[in-house]
Amino acid sequence: MSKNFVDIQNMSFYRGDRAIYKDISLQIPKGKITAVMGPSGTGKTTLLRLIGGQLMPDEGKIFLDQQNVPDLSRTELYEARKKIGMLFQSGALFTDISVFDNVAFPLREHTDFSESIIRDIVIMKLQSVGLRGAAKLMPTELSGGMARRAALARAIALDPQLVMFDEPFAGQDPISMGVVMELILRLNQSVGMTSVLVSHDVEESLSIADYAYILSGGGVVAQGTPDEIRHSSDERVKQFLGGLPDGPVPFHFEANDYKLDMDMGGQGK
Amino acid sequence: MKSIQSTGQSAINSIAAFGRAGLFLIQVILHRPKSISGALNLLIKQIYSVGVLSLVIIIVSGLFIGMVLGLQGYTILAKFGSEQAVGQLLALTLLRELGPVVTALLFAGRACSALTAEIGLMKATEQLSSLEMMGVDPYRRIIAPRFIAGLICLPILCIIFSAVGILGGEFVAVSWLQIHGGSFWSLMQQSVYFSTDVMNGVIKAFCFAIATTWIAVFQGYECEPTSEGIGKATTRTVVLGSLSILALDFILTAAMIGDF
Amino acid sequence: MKSKQLELMVGFFVVLGFAALAYLAIQVSGLSGASSKDVYQIQARFDDIGGLTQRAKVSIAGVTVGEVDSIVLDKELYMALVTFNIYADVQNIPTDSSLAILTNGLLGEKYVGVSIGAEEEYLTQGGELYDTQSALVLENLISQFLFESTQGD
Repeated sequence: MSKNFVDIQNMSFYRGDRAIYKDISLQIPKGKITAVMGPSGTGKTTLLRLIGGQLMPDEGKIFLDQQNVPDLSRTELYEARKKIGMLFQSGALFTDISVFDNVAFPLREHTDFSESIIRDIVIMKLQSVGLRGAAKLMPTELSGGMARRAALARAIALDPQLVMFDEPFAGQDPISMGVVMELILRLNQSVGMTSVLVSHDVEESLSIADYAYILSGGGVVAQGTPDEIRHSSDERVKQFLGGLPDGPVPFHFEANDYKLDMDMGGQGK
Repeated sequence: MKSIQSTGQSAINSIAAFGRAGLFLIQVILHRPKSISGALNLLIKQIYSVGVLSLVIIIVSGLFIGMVLGLQGYTILAKFGSEQAVGQLLALTLLRELGPVVTALLFAGRACSALTAEIGLMKATEQLSSLEMMGVDPYRRIIAPRFIAGLICLPILCIIFSAVGILGGEFVAVSWLQIHGGSFWSLMQQSVYFSTDVMNGVIKAFCFAIATTWIAVFQGYECEPTSEGIGKATTRTVVLGSLSILALDFILTAAMIGDF
Repeated sequence: MKSKQLELMVGFFVVLGFAALAYLAIQVSGLSGASSKDVYQIQARFDDIGGLTQRAKVSIAGVTVGEVDSIVLDKELYMALVTFNIYADVQNIPTDSSLAILTNGLLGEKYVGVSIGAEEEYLTQGGELYDTQSALVLENLISQFLFESTQGD
């Protein structure tokens, strides 16, 4: 139990009638980088929100550092969230304040540190993501990659025990992707930060993860070390890893018989 | 049959939305700030963006409406030989009705739509989510300061509107239409009571403030996080806000005139 | 936007609001009014005060010398008992002067005009004028006119 920072047990989550997750169980081990992958639309971001308590599961338990998240009161939940840092897909920096103030934000909110201590911490965090020179800029003046790095600095400002990355590689050029991968590795190696990354970029995720899950259809279809995943014989895993256009996830959206459709159009002939 | 069904459905949806809005308001009121100075800082920033930035449109509108009232009032009263009463007409119309209502309508269009768009955009770019995940209460930090700022700014704007309107009307009546300044003011002073006319106007403005600002922040918070969703929410703020101003105005006026 | 500048603008905004409120209070609704002057009070009873209100002017020869302080019903005599505040520097109103409620224009304000009498004694604090003329009520005028016109047939 104690070697997993997050322990999800038999969790189900419905949106309306649709089951996003059905009786799913997965563990995020402490101090390791875990990748959660799967095709688009499987609700990977939803999983992060469930862990963070923004959404409530319909069934099951979600243990965050041994506390069951759905059971927590609002105040306890806000306390628990201080242990997590989350990096959103778009960065989600506060657009009305500078990069420096963005990174200082969690420090000013949750600690009583003096301004000079806060300044030191912010400079340190910005240095670790390589943006120390950009401290005075406004978020609108940053490129997408820089914004994401600044958001990462903000996410780690309080030295959280768990950092969650929502699609960190999506739409990035190879250099930015390399930077992000480097940062994730460094954070994990230097302070033993537990990291969860949710992504559909297979190669990048598998190259830095210690453990990986592949989700589809509301459940886990494969889990293991990157090597185990690569050598899996499951058809769905093979399609996902190989980027095959057709397989268990079909190419064609459900439709009538092709011939019937064409004939109905060509009645004049 | 289907249209009846859908009407019933939209009625149920509206009531549900109203219920959510009510709960939302209670949340906003209950979430008191952690520190007074921090909260004051946020509030001041919001008063600036909601109030100070609306000053120009309020003052210009007030001036023109006051001048038009003076002109039109004079034209009509001159038929009865009572041009001197134009000051009275001007002051009472502005203080009781036009001041609160026009200011509130302008406010709903300018400040409230901006509030909705701002909050909606924060929702769309996941800023609200990231606040929550950082353990910061978005009600306390984002919503409540904007709501309170609205409550403070609209009455102030209304008073400024009425004052500027009267100044404008006085300019037209006394300097331009040559009405005797002394009787202009004395007639006005005789018929305007501070405790009823001026204060009722302020009370109305305060009620309008509650309604419009509440609608604005709620629509922003609930909107679909897409660009289309924000657009729809902003429109809804202006339309719903304006309609509720007018409806409330009737109810308040009836209550204030009394005896029904 | 620097925070100092911001605070300044907000402060200016609030001050402007108060200034407007003060303007409305004093200039528009005449709140502080003429209470800065010293006054003495006199009374008079009227059969019908018409539309006379508080703060209506009292004038001699068209010059304002005071205002109406309060209007109450004299329950024994069924008349309106009006109390006036007369400016202290107007000391020479004879005790047999008469008061009439007049109108300024057709829709104008009601005011009280003083017709000076011939007595040597002047009014002082608490004095009363007995010669009063009620307001002209339009309905009475019309019915009087109709009555007289039917009489003539």
